[in-house]
Amino acid sequence: MAVKLILRDKEYEVKPGMTLLDSLKKINILSESVIATRAGEMILDDEILKDGDVVKLIAVISGGSSGYMRHDTVGECSVLRGAR
Amino acid sequence: MKCKKCGAKAQVNMRQHKLALCKEHYLEWMPEQTERFIKKYAMFTRHEKILVAVSGGKDSLGLWDILTRLGYQADGLYLGLGIDGGINYSRESHRLAERFANEHGLKLHIVDIEKEYGQPIPTLAERSHRGYGKPCAVCGLTKRHEMNRIARDLGYDALATGHNLDDEAAVLFGNTLSWSADFLLRQGPVLPATEGLARKVKPLCRFYEREMTAYCLLRGIEYIYEECPFAEGAQSIYYKELLNKLETDRPGAKLIFYLRFLEARKSGELFVQKDVEQAHLHPCPKCGQPTSAPDLCSFCRMIEKVSPNV
Repeated sequence: MAVKLILRDKEYEVKPGMTLLDSLKKINILSESVIATRAGEMILDDEILKDGDVVKLIAVISGGSSGYMRHDTVGECSVLRGAR
Repeated sequence: MKCKKCGAKAQVNMRQHKLALCKEHYLEWMPEQTERFIKKYAMFTRHEKILVAVSGGKDSLGLWDILTRLGYQADGLYLGLGIDGGINYSRESHRLAERFANEHGLKLHIVDIEKEYGQPIPTLAERSHRGYGKPCAVCGLTKRHEMNRIARDLGYDALATGHNLDDEAAVLFGNTLSWSADFLLRQGPVLPATEGLARKVKPLCRFYEREMTAYCLLRGIEYIYEECPFAEGAQSIYYKELLNKLETDRPGAKLIFYLRFLEARKSGELFVQKDVEQAHLHPCPKCGQPTSAPDLCSFCRMIEKVSPNV
């Protein structure tokens, strides 16, 4: 058995007994960029993950042009500008 | 980790504030803080009518929820962009925005870009040849134009958007990399009303994106989780990831970056202040909104270009 972490359509497995923070480091996911839930409850970085745990990771970053930001283009490179 | 207020198991930890809270106290804390920011930056009062730009995402729905809980007169505006991307993106975000409005008995104005201008955003982008193959520039231009138009036409005192601190820090980071002084001077929690432009406010500007996600999850607000299909590879997302790497090692780095910028801007330390809002602006001969272009504004030029009747 192992601990399963799921982010969108990707699944990762880590050894049990580690904290959530260490588990995220193992799979190269920044804890700042996700919220972790287990059995529908939010859990924090210091939570020890047990054998058989399934942790769903919810991405918190959104972007593109969706934030009503000025998004001008210069050449091939998009440049974000101040919002107005 | 324990809730700082009651000692129960914490569900949210905000390292930048050294504050962990349980569900109950987090759901109290968020509106309290929002109220504090609204007052601190003199965004609006309870006597004023607020139009909230609602996209169906976590930030705008979370903002609308908080403002109405605080007792503000806040109506919603949903712009139908006509983006599908194989996931019915606009249809789904419309459904979620409408559902939230119906469940809470709130007024939602709906503007469909295709009905207004004859074409959805991806077609407008393609035909106007703006944005180098991506519709993001046209989308941003259209949203800013339409939000301002509706807010003014319907007599709202302020237009509120769901920009969070990560959005603001990413814009600030991008503009700092290019030292875009004129854009840096325009960035802030409040953009006062000027001739042709509605007041714009960002009540969530000091909350991390993570905090808004946590708020919606704990409050049970259903929001569109899927990204806009055109957001992949967006520079804003790249900057946010970079800043989150910094934040992981230095908790509070994003907040300090933004707040110190606001302080420096206010004190005039950054640049010589000038009347940036009015500099070189004149009303567009067609729609009346301010523009720095010599004749028609960018939006009206785009519409003229793609309109078959012109």
